[in-house]
Amino acid sequence: MDTFTQLANGFAIALTFENLFLAFVGCILGTIIGALPGLGPANGVAILIPLAFSLGLPATPALILLTSVYYGAMYGGRISSILLNIPGDEPAMMTTLDGYPMAQKGQAGEALAISGIASFVGSFFATWGLVFLAPSLVALALLFGPAEYFALYLLAFATLGGLASANQAKAALAAALGLGIAMIGVDGQTGVPRFSFGEVHLYDGIDFLVAIVGLFAVAEVFVFLEHKGEREAADEGDKLSVTGRTIPPLSMLKETAGSMGRGTIVGFFAGVLPGAGASLGSFLAYGFEKKLKNKNDTFGKGDPRGVAAPEAGNNASAGGALVPMLALGVPGSGTTAVLLAMLMTLNVQPGPLLFQQNPDVVWGLIAALFIGNIMLLILNLPLVAVFARVLLIPVRYLMPAVAMISFVSVYGISGSSFDVMMMVIFGLLGWLLRKMEIPTVPVILGILLGNAMEVNLRRELTISDGNLMALFDSPLAITLWLMAIGGFLIPIVAGRFFRRPEGVTEKEAEANVGD
Amino acid sequence: MLTSRLRVCALAAAMLLPAAAPAAAQDFTPSNPECIAPAAAGGGWDFTCRQVGKAMQDLKLIPGTLQVTNLAGGGGGVAYAEVVNKRNDSNDVIVAASTATSTRLAQGAYPGNTMDQVRWLGAVGADYGVIGVAKDSPIKDLKELMEKVKADPTSVSFAGGSAVGGWDHLKVLLLAKKAGIDDVRKVKYVAFDGGGEAMTQLLGGSVQAFTGDASEAKGFVDSGDLKVLAVLAPEKLPGDFSSFPTAKEQGFDVTGANWRGFYGPGGMSEASYDFWVDALQKTYQSDEWKTIMEQNGLAPLDYSGEEFQKFVAASVAEIEGLSKEIGLIQ
Repeated sequence: MDTFTQLANGFAIALTFENLFLAFVGCILGTIIGALPGLGPANGVAILIPLAFSLGLPATPALILLTSVYYGAMYGGRISSILLNIPGDEPAMMTTLDGYPMAQKGQAGEALAISGIASFVGSFFATWGLVFLAPSLVALALLFGPAEYFALYLLAFATLGGLASANQAKAALAAALGLGIAMIGVDGQTGVPRFSFGEVHLYDGIDFLVAIVGLFAVAEVFVFLEHKGEREAADEGDKLSVTGRTIPPLSMLKETAGSMGRGTIVGFFAGVLPGAGASLGSFLAYGFEKKLKNKNDTFGKGDPRGVAAPEAGNNASAGGALVPMLALGVPGSGTTAVLLAMLMTLNVQPGPLLFQQNPDVVWGLIAALFIGNIMLLILNLPLVAVFARVLLIPVRYLMPAVAMISFVSVYGISGSSFDVMMMVIFGLLGWLLRKMEIPTVPVILGILLGNAMEVNLRRELTISDGNLMALFDSPLAITLWLMAIGGFLIPIVAGRFFRRPEGVTEKEAEANVGD
Repeated sequence: MLTSRLRVCALAAAMLLPAAAPAAAQDFTPSNPECIAPAAAGGGWDFTCRQVGKAMQDLKLIPGTLQVTNLAGGGGGVAYAEVVNKRNDSNDVIVAASTATSTRLAQGAYPGNTMDQVRWLGAVGADYGVIGVAKDSPIKDLKELMEKVKADPTSVSFAGGSAVGGWDHLKVLLLAKKAGIDDVRKVKYVAFDGGGEAMTQLLGGSVQAFTGDASEAKGFVDSGDLKVLAVLAPEKLPGDFSSFPTAKEQGFDVTGANWRGFYGPGGMSEASYDFWVDALQKTYQSDEWKTIMEQNGLAPLDYSGEEFQKFVAASVAEIEGLSKEIGLIQ
C-alpha cells in the first residue's frame, strides 16, 4: 500500500518535538479564536500568518501551525454557540439551534461533550477521506458547473422551511431579508454596484461576519440591556445545576452516533466542492438530520442529535475543503484560500501536481491533521467543565465582555469603523427581529447562500445565452432538482397525515424560539 | 488652505534648488514606516505589503519594521479615500496597489477619487496575463481561438477570476479588439470568485477558455491540464514560463500585466517621496526580492517614480476607453 508508506513518512515528518509543539499551540489558539464571536477560521489563520513569517518557519511546520488553528477554530466555534447562543464563527451557527436550548435545559456539559466528540468524528473520518479519496473526489468537484451549483443551493433553500422556527412564514421572511442584504455590493456579472448609494464601503457587500456578530452577539447585548433588572433575579437561581454533566451518558452517545455519521458524510462532500464550504456543510447536515429524525418534534428544543449532526458536518467539511486545495490547487473555502496564498509565498506551487512535487508537505500536513485532531479531542473533553463554567458568570459581567470582543474583532478584521457601525445596526435589527419572534438564522443563511445561488444562476445563463433549459442539462443537476423539490414538498404533504394538530405544536415551538 | 499654500511654496523651493533634492532624500527617514494593505489579512495586497516590508527590513532600508495596517473595503476604495482625505500630509505611509487599483480608478469605482490625488511610487513586479484552453480542446493557438470568437461570439465563454469590467475581462477585450471584433460586448465573459474557481470550471468543461495570470496557470500547465495559448507579455517570460508563446509573436500586439506596486499620499514631502521611491527601487533590485518574485511567479516590471506615474496614467486612460466602449461607464 503506497498510501500507507506515504502516510507513515508523513508521520515521521510531523512527529518532531517542534512540530508537535506547533500543533499544540495551534490547537489552543484555534479553539480560542473559534470561540470568540467574529473571529473564525479564515481570519484566525490570516492573523497568524505574520507569526509564521516572523518565526521564519519552513513550509511544513508553518502549515502544521496554521491547519491546527483551522481545525481548532472549527472545534471552538461551537462553544459560544452552545453557551451563549452566539455562534463563534459562521459554520457553528446551526449549532445554536439545539445547542443553546440544551444549555438552557441544564445540559450544557452534555452538549459541549457531544459536539466535541461529533467534531472529532467529523474531522477524523474526513481526514481519512482526504487520504484515500482525494484523486477521485477531484472528478466530483469537476462535475459541478454553475447549473449544478445553482441546483445545490436551491436544495439548501428548499430544506430551509421550518428549520429555525415553527412558523414557516417568519422563517421565509427572515430568509428573504437575508437574500435582500446579499444583493448589496458590486455585482460581479455586470460590474455595477447595487444598493450601495455611492457609499464606497458598501461596494464589497455586507461581510457576513459583520452581520453574524451584529445579529447574534450585539443583539444579545441589547436584549440584556432591555431586561437588565428582571433577568438578574432569575439568574441567581439554581446556578450549580446549570452546567450539566461533563461526560455524556452512553445512551446519548448511542442516540447521536448515527447523526454524527450522516453529518460527516454530508459535510465532507459539501466541503469538497469549491464554492460551497463549511457553512453549507453544517446547514445541510442539520437540515437532513431534522428531515430524517424529527418524528417527535424535538429539534430546535435541545435535541442532542441537532448538535451532533451540524458539528460533525462542519468539521468534516473542513477536511473536505482540503481536497480541492491539495489535489487541484483550488481553495474549497475562505480559509483554504488563505492557506493557499501562504503556500505560494513559501515556494510551494499549489496545483494538481502538489502531491507529486511536494509529497513531504502534503503527507506531513495530513499526518499533522490526525495529530491535531486527537490533540483537540483530548484538550476539549476535560475542558468541557471549564467552558461550561462560563454559564456561572453573571450576565452583567458576561455581556460587557461580549460587547467588547465583538467590537474589537470586527474592527480588527477590516480596520474599518464603518463595519463597526454596520455591526451595531445589525445588532438593532437582531433585537427587533427577536421582538417579533422572527428567527435570525435564516437571515444569515440568506446572506451566505443567496449570493452564491444568484451568481451561479447568472453564470449559467451567460454561458447558455439565456437558455433556461441549460439548468437541467446534466443528470447531476436533474437529481439535485428532484431532491430539492422532494425536500420542499414531502414535509408539507406528509405533515398533513402524520403531524399532531398544528395549533398545539406551533405555540409550544414559538414559545421556545422567543428566547 | 494655508497648509496647501505652504506646500506649494515648499514644492517651489524644492524645484528651485535641484541640487538640494537628492541631499534631502538622504535626510529624510520615516519615524513610523507604515504600509496600508487595502484588503484583509491574507489577501494579495496584504502579502505585497508584508513581503516588501520584510525585504526592506532585511536590507536595512527603513529603521525597524514596516508596520502593516489592513484597511479593507470597497475593493481598495476605502483605503484610497482614507489616504486622500485623512492622511494626505503623511510622510511615513505607503499603500499597496495593483492593476485592480488602476482599473477601479479608471472606471470611477472609487467615488470622487482620481489617480492624480496620490503619488505613484514604483512597481515591484508584474504577473502577466495568460489566455488558455483545456488540454483536450481542439483549439491550437490564439489566432484560431479569436477567429472562432469572431465568427460566433456565443461559441466561446471565457472564465476569469475578476468581476465583469475587471482585469481578467479587459484582457480578453483588448485581444478581441486586435482581432478585429467590432462589438466587443458580444464576447462572453463569466466572472468567478478567483482564478482557481475559473480554472476548475474550465477543467470541468463548463467554459471553453480561461483568462488569468501566469502564476495562476503554472501549476495546471505543469500537470498538462491547461494549454496556454498566449501570454500577454512584451517578450517571452523567463524561467519556468518560457514555454508560453506571447500574443505579440502571434500577431496580436497586446500586453497586459497585473502589476504590483505602491502609492503614497498626494501631499507627502519631496524628501519623503524621494526616500520611498529610492527604497522601493533598492528593494526591487535586491537579490532577496528576485527570489521572492520567482516564488510568486512575478515577472520583472521596472518602473519607478515619475516613470511609474506615467505608466499608471497610461493604463488608466486605456482602461477608461475600453470601459466606455463596453458600456460599463458613460
